[in-house]
Order: sequence, then structure tokens, then C-alpha cells
Amino acid sequence: MKHLRPLNQKASRIAGQIAQPNGDDVVALQNPAPQPPKPHIPMGCSLSFSPGWEVDSAGGTAGLCQPVERDIYDCYVTCFWPAQVPDHLNNYPDWASKCAAATKDWRNLDLVFP
Amino acid sequence: MTAAETRAFRLGEFHSFSARNRRFLYLVPAGAIFELDGAAELLIDRLAQGEASEDQLIADLGAHGFPVADAQELIAELYQTRVIVSGNFAPEPLQEAPADFPLQTLVLNLTNQCNLSCQYCYEFGDDKVATPEGKPKFMDYETAQASVDFLLEQSAGRRTVHITFFGGETLMNFPLLKKVVTYAHDRAAGQGRSIDFSLTTNATLLTPAIIEFLSENRIGVTVSMDGPPELHDKLRVFANGRGSYDIIAPRVRALIENHRTRPITARVTLTKGVTDVVKIFRHLKNDLGFHEVGFAPVTTSPDRLYAINERGMDDVLAQFHVLADEYLEYALRGEMHGFSNVSDTLSELCQGVNKSHPCGAALGLVGVGPSGDIAPCHRFVDSDTHALGHISTGIDREKQKDFLQRGHINSKYDCHTCWARPLCAGGCHHEAYVRYGDTGHPNLHYCDWIRDWTDTCLQIYGAISAHNPEFLRVFAERKAIS
Repeated sequence: MKHLRPLNQKASRIAGQIAQPNGDDVVALQNPAPQPPKPHIPMGCSLSFSPGWEVDSAGGTAGLCQPVERDIYDCYVTCFWPAQVPDHLNNYPDWASKCAAATKDWRNLDLVFP
Repeated sequence: MTAAETRAFRLGEFHSFSARNRRFLYLVPAGAIFELDGAAELLIDRLAQGEASEDQLIADLGAHGFPVADAQELIAELYQTRVIVSGNFAPEPLQEAPADFPLQTLVLNLTNQCNLSCQYCYEFGDDKVATPEGKPKFMDYETAQASVDFLLEQSAGRRTVHITFFGGETLMNFPLLKKVVTYAHDRAAGQGRSIDFSLTTNATLLTPAIIEFLSENRIGVTVSMDGPPELHDKLRVFANGRGSYDIIAPRVRALIENHRTRPITARVTLTKGVTDVVKIFRHLKNDLGFHEVGFAPVTTSPDRLYAINERGMDDVLAQFHVLADEYLEYALRGEMHGFSNVSDTLSELCQGVNKSHPCGAALGLVGVGPSGDIAPCHRFVDSDTHALGHISTGIDREKQKDFLQRGHINSKYDCHTCWARPLCAGGCHHEAYVRYGDTGHPNLHYCDWIRDWTDTCLQIYGAISAHNPEFLRVFAERKAIS
């Protein structure tokens, strides 16, 4: 390294990593080198609007701006995942009745307490 | 959006500081310290005004006379170290501690009894967490043996482990201490390993024979002492209210004179009215001869009479700065100054620690009470609420996990934007419990204080590394948990 002088043990370890001639490969979670454009094929859950498919700054869910429970609507609409959503065939037929458009009305989806 | 066209750079997460006309940065997600050259300074100052594309940066650097190739090299270097970042950069979350983290240190509370009645004591005072009712007052030999065996068994892979004797007043159970040292030495030697000892005492019960034993066995000694008599005797009193200074001063002198194998440390508790840090330091270091003196404000709920208010803490910090400046002068001459608060921080800065937890409690360190109950550390010993198991049955892994999850930096959201978190990690679990009723609560009442102090120590570190880097060798060789 030419412009930064490492002064402690951790800095020396970083300098050691960078000294290896791997270029950008040593940098984790960064933009990868540009790839030639490929057709975009959406798959599975990514087809629908699903608020909350994310984690917070610590990798958990407690600090999200919306409760993670909102995710379950995605399971209800696009997948059959009965364990995580209210049973809308027999016991909770009206569960999603206040949610005409998920992008606007997802706040109306609530938990149920049998 | 493709990366190549829109790659705009912005500053990564670091704290910049300067010392002796040099610029440094403390890279927060790593805990790394770098010195900047003029070119790196230029680039950082440019990005401090707002993000910029690579082309813009190259143009701006070009205006300062940097050829394109040099500018690209500079950008690449700062990018790879993550001093500057681009795109949807998010640092990786900290690793979880391994489930089978080996023990390094065991704190044995040989007794929960004490011959002093210091008002602010966390074991007996108004904010105590201990519930010693109905439990043994003195540890017996069987429990101590089981504890030593437990330490050796749970620390497999470590060549040297550590036992700290604690109390109550540790020396009220000196007969047991003696037996434990012999037993532990034998057991460790049998495994080709070694055990290192230290103790904390109020010094009232030191005798020439005890001092000789401590010196012969290389047992490190920390004396709890609050300064010259007018300050020390305010709160460190016997049950009848009489101050303890006159009793301990000659014993401390004898200890320092005759214990030649380890440095002797004083540990000062600062309280309201006992905040004259410089005066206390001079007395303990120069008049009594302690090798090291460390200070900590009392752990207390804020409404106690002896609690230090915010203005008092500012005053303490101002005096810390006086001693810190002195420390730097000493260090540049290659001499040890003896102000532990600086040495301890330098030691962590030297390694570049990046803590998931504020300390080793319930991780590499546990406390054992006279009853054999295991606690996260000595400050929680004898507390039913915080017990993590019993020496006969081992650590309750569920309770330990709960304690560690609460105290993990990841669950302290207030800390996530603080640049001092690699060293502080939210601060003492016990302090948090006393203040907020939750061991996992960040200690928000001293954030500004911690940042100021960390910045001060970074400046000292920067200045030493520029002018007398040899001095830092001592810290590089110092163990993580000393």
C-alpha cells in the first residue's frame, strides 16, 4: 500500500489482504465486475410485491421499518404455505378482504389469534 | 443500473483524527488504524463534500497534479480497504461467538464477607444485585477444587489460563487462597499447562507473610484505593464509620516494597466529591509508589448521593486529559507513565479489536461464588437472577446464550451508528443492569464520554506511532485478556 500506512495489527492484516494480487475479488459484498447483460427472468416470490423481504443493519429483523409478519401475505397470494398464513378457505375467509391492492393496502393484513 | 457506468464513490465508515500535524483514520467496521498521506487526505476531503464518480475524482485529482494512473491507483487502494465505498455496500454482520468458546479466566469469590463498609459497594450497597441470603459466606476447599478442575476442563487448548481471587474481601479467606494456588499449580503442571493468578484486595489484612506468599507465587495484586486520606476515607470506611486509609497505607507501602514479581495496581472508584483525578493519581503513583493506577466512575443508579453528575463527569474527563497529555510525553521518551486507562485502551487499539461483546463475561470469563454458583462475572456473583449454573453441573448453555445474545452489539441498535463501538460494544453488562434493568441495554449515559476518551487515546496512539513506534511493541505482545 502506498497511501495508507497501517498502524495496528488489524490494519496490517487488511494491508496483507490487499497486497495479494486478486484485484476486486478480495472485496466482499461489493458490486461485482460488470457482466454482459442477460435477460431478466423473475422467479417465485420476486414476482409479487412483498414488503419486508429484507434484514436490518444487524442481519436481523427487529429493526425493520415494517414488521416482518407482513411477509406472510406473499406466501398467501403466490404460494401455498398454509402453516404461515390464516386458513382462508374455512376459518378466515375474510382475512385479506380489506387488502384490495397489496402495494397500497398491505397494512390491513393482520395477525389472527385463534 | 450497471456497476461500471454509475460507480459513484462515497466515504466509508471511519473516524478521522489528527495528531502532531498528521492525519489518521480509524476504520470502524474493522478496528484498523491507518495514517494518510497527502493524496489520500485530498481524496477523502473531496468525498467529504459529497459522493462523486470515478471520472469526477480522477478529474479533481488531476487538477491537483495527479496523473490518471496515480489517481486510479489511489482510488483502488482506498476502495479495497473500504475507506471509500460504492453502490449498495453493506458491511458484513459480526460473526457470532463459537458455541464452545473456551474459558480463559475464572474469578473465584472466596468469600462474600468484607471487613469494610464502603457505601458505594456493588456487592453490598443500595444497587446490589447479589442475593446472598442463605448461601455460604466462605467458599470451601471442595468448591474451589471443583472450580479449578472446571476451568482446566473448559479451557482445553489454552496453554495458560488465569484465576482471579475476589471477594468480599479476598484476604478474609487467605487460607483457602493458599491451598487453591498449590492445588491449581499441581493440576495445571500435570497437564503441561500453567495458571496465572491475581487478586483484588482492600489491603487491610496484608501481612508480611501474605506479601511474601503473593510475591513468591507471582500473584498480581490490585488494591482498591481512592486516593489520599481526605478522599479515600469519605466512603471507604469500616462498619463504625472510621476511614481505612491509616490502616492500609503502611501495608500498601510494604506490599509495593516487597512484592517484586508483578506490578502493583491501584484501582480507584470515582464518586461525587472524589473526582480530583490528578491529585489522586499523584498521591497513589508518587507518594505510595503504585506502578499503575486505573480509574472508573462508580456504578450506581443516578440518584444516589455518591453518584457523579454530568458536570462532575466533564471535570473527570478534563483531568483525564491532563494525565493523558503527560502519558504521551512519557511514551515519547519511552517511559511508562502508569495511567492504566490509557494503557488499556492503547492495548486494544494496537490489536485492532472489534468487539461483539463489551468484555469476556460469560464468554471467556465466568465468576464463581462461595456457594459454587456460576455467574457471568464477579459483579453478578451470588445473584439468583443472573446465575448461569453451578460448578457441579456446569454452565447452563441456554442461560449463557440468553445473556450473550442480549449483550451482543448486534442487538444494541443505538450503537450501530457509533464509531467507538469496536472498543465499547455498549459498555459493562453490570452497569447496564444497574442503570436500565437490562444487561443488554447500551450504557447511553456515558456515550459522549467514551467517544471523547477513545478519540483522545487514538490521538496518543497516532502520535506514538509517528514518533516512537517502538513503544507500542509492549502492547503488541500483551495478551488480549490480561
